[in-house]
Amino acid sequence: MLQIECPWCGLRDETEYKYGGQAHVAYPEDPSALSDEEWAEYLFFRDNPKGPFAERWVHTGGCRKWFNAVRDTRTYEVLAVYTNSDPRPVISDLVADSAGATA
Amino acid sequence: MADLSTLQGLRRSPLHDMATEIRDGGVTGERAVQLAELPFLTQVGVRVAPDSAGARGIDEALGAPLPRKVGVTSQAGGHTALWLGPDEWLVVSETPADELVEQLRAAAGDTPAQVLDLSANRTVIELTGPGARSVLEKGCPADLHPRVFTDGTAIVTSLARVPVIVWRTDADAFRVVPRASLAQYVAAWLLDAVREFAPVAAEGA
Repeated sequence: MLQIECPWCGLRDETEYKYGGQAHVAYPEDPSALSDEEWAEYLFFRDNPKGPFAERWVHTGGCRKWFNAVRDTRTYEVLAVYTNSDPRPVISDLVADSAGATA
Repeated sequence: MADLSTLQGLRRSPLHDMATEIRDGGVTGERAVQLAELPFLTQVGVRVAPDSAGARGIDEALGAPLPRKVGVTSQAGGHTALWLGPDEWLVVSETPADELVEQLRAAAGDTPAQVLDLSANRTVIELTGPGARSVLEKGCPADLHPRVFTDGTAIVTSLARVPVIVWRTDADAFRVVPRASLAQYVAAWLLDAVREFAPVAAEGA
């Protein structure tokens, strides 16, 4: 069972959460100015990295709040959780920390 | 409009139809568990920014500050406030709901806040006895061990795959607070879950 740390509720089972896809995808400032291709890019195209990935999660079975998590897509290790008002963590630092911890 | 007290005499709790099963469904012995519904408790939902003047006003009106941390409950003057989220609480109280709603709305002042009577939204099933925690642990993914889940802890989690509030009021007393529409399912699940805790000798009898 994957366990995820909610920034408000602490460590809970994955079954209490729902997944919200890639984080930090900003809504276009002026959607009507976009070409169809740019709009499709915004709507449907997401990163799919092998490694650390910033994603959105919602704690539906608890406090019902959205937050962001950096998860390693290879190992499922959750490297960081942060709220929408927290600064975005630097992924290369997280990877270095994680490597240091396991070494 | 009909008189409120007349209507209150007519109301039925969500587990009204299971009253006999719940009363007789407990087990005795070393790992005894008794079940009971605590119907019609006043439950008022409060949503307000935790660092606002309105939240501080509500803190004062309740007599104990709304808890600002997961799991914590605060108790004063017949009110208990349960933390449901960083800006959401459930106040369980002995005061009639309409009175309490009015008090808390006034206390919030001009701060954008929501104070709603949610008494009919959920019912309370109480489990008492030395086996209560073991019964809940069969279907609840949260850590209920007393080293983290002390007396007075309440969290939103799930039991038997449905969302509930689990609230420990005493060493051997837990309250499970399901939605009214899920109450019969939760009660039936609990009645089944307590059966294995009956003393072994009684089973062949």
